[in-house]
Amino acid sequence: MVENRPWLSFLTHLVLIAGVVVVVFPVYLAFVASTHGSGDFMRGLVPLLPGPHLVENYGRMLTEGISTAGAPPLWIMLMNSLAIAIIIAVGKIAISLLSAYAIVFFKFPFRMLAFWIIFITLMLPVEVRIIPTFAVVANLGLLNSYVGLTLPLIASATATFLFRQFFLTVPDELMEAARVDGAGPMKFFRDILLPLSRTNIAALFVILFIYGWVQYLWPLLVTTDSRYYTVVMGIKRLAATADAEPLWNLVMASVILAMLPPVLVVIFMQRLFVKGLVDTEK
Amino acid sequence: MQTKRTIFPNKLLPYALLAPQLAVTLVFFIWPAFQAVKSSFEREDPFGFRTTFIWFENYARLFADPGYVNSLQKTAIFSVSVTLLSMSLSLLLAVAVTRVIRSNRAYTTLLVWPYAVAPVVVGILWWFMFNPTIGIAPYILRGLGISWNHRIDGNQAMILVVIAASWKQISYNFLFFVAGLQSVPQSLTEAAAIDGAGPFKRFWTIVFPLLSPTTFFLLIVNINYSMFDTFGLIDATTNGGPNQATNILVYKVYADGFLGLNIGSSAAQSVVLMLIVIALTAIQFRYIERRVQY
Repeated sequence: MVENRPWLSFLTHLVLIAGVVVVVFPVYLAFVASTHGSGDFMRGLVPLLPGPHLVENYGRMLTEGISTAGAPPLWIMLMNSLAIAIIIAVGKIAISLLSAYAIVFFKFPFRMLAFWIIFITLMLPVEVRIIPTFAVVANLGLLNSYVGLTLPLIASATATFLFRQFFLTVPDELMEAARVDGAGPMKFFRDILLPLSRTNIAALFVILFIYGWVQYLWPLLVTTDSRYYTVVMGIKRLAATADAEPLWNLVMASVILAMLPPVLVVIFMQRLFVKGLVDTEK
Repeated sequence: MQTKRTIFPNKLLPYALLAPQLAVTLVFFIWPAFQAVKSSFEREDPFGFRTTFIWFENYARLFADPGYVNSLQKTAIFSVSVTLLSMSLSLLLAVAVTRVIRSNRAYTTLLVWPYAVAPVVVGILWWFMFNPTIGIAPYILRGLGISWNHRIDGNQAMILVVIAASWKQISYNFLFFVAGLQSVPQSLTEAAAIDGAGPFKRFWTIVFPLLSPTTFFLLIVNINYSMFDTFGLIDATTNGGPNQATNILVYKVYADGFLGLNIGSSAAQSVVLMLIVIALTAIQFRYIERRVQY
């Protein structure tokens, strides 16, 4: 609809610019802080324009870290986060594809029960069963390991539902044709269903990668060995020391580095991100 | 439940396909949840030698505890404030962005990325801005005659966590509101415009009512988010303080169980939280079932 209301258009842009400022400003401030020397925070107010210490601060955090905070250099934590996010995303997608395939393309006793057991995971986030889950992982000897960090988070009702919905839209004729040509169930799955699900898998990967990256409570519980720290939980330890000694510049450099990878994923894969977000909530 | 018209005849294969998902679910979800329910009815002696079944005593004690009642109230205040603040800002931005044409994508990109920022990191960002010694917000507020110190003032601490939690959620609500607005038929607003309704009247009488499915869906999602996904945010900003002023339920369950080692009480709190999630999920799914029938 074409309508000419210059005042309203002006107002619209004003609202949007104000919104962008509110959204961007905290991160801008953190970035500015990360480019200053530690002495610049003594004056009682944070600086508002970038300083000259960018390379120095980031370099120091990546290679050395702050030894007093008991956290390893940032690059180790970044690698851990990357590994964990990828394992969680791939794991969730793999087991959800398989279970959705079983539920849609086979008929077997207890199919409904299996579906409901998967559904229940939606109602049991880590936060509501912290201690017993921790006990299970501790008894299995999985504390301080990648398995312990990822495996308990890998079940996914949303991913299973998403693939189930998608599989139901795949025409029956495809499967009939495959069977006539003598394809078994696993061949059909690998050669026909997987290629068809490509976009869905990619969109889901974006969302689940972010999900894995931002995990905080679980890594906090199961890691005591700093070699397994993820960047999101390691940062909290750094921040806790910032009040004692004014190392704001270094803390903020790690904050920027910790948020950069998933934010870049959202910005550069915006279409897949939006698709994944909207699909998983259906 | 729906399946395909033709299916594969294998008998054992589907169980093998389901095995990994079910194994993880049973070991790490169902079994711990069952344990939580069980120990919420038990008392363990201090040395862990004996457990006695005590019916609902843990629950009775929990709801008689002023600390827990306080936590329930704080959670309600926090949750409602975050939901209202974040949803109203997002709706305003979504309506604005659907009015612009050329710069639409640029604005969207600039507004959606906070989705990918971890709650702890959000906490640290706002904690830095509101830091009483060097933060910029207290500096400006001092100029306005308000002295800001969320380490002492409980209300200010609550305001801080509400702002931080809403900031993170804007991106999510924004995307869903934009999607909802796009599905409102153009012909209706055009007809209203021809009848002489101005932009504001059109919004409140046509667009907003038609948006109600999206609004309701987001309402549930936001309550869920503010109750369960904000642990890291609280941990990074206020640690539940000062004087329990921001000690919301998920934080308290962690603090009592892991730091206070009070297993019975923590288990009872877990069960209460589970009931809340179950209720929210049930509402959400009932509503989605109904939407499908439109």
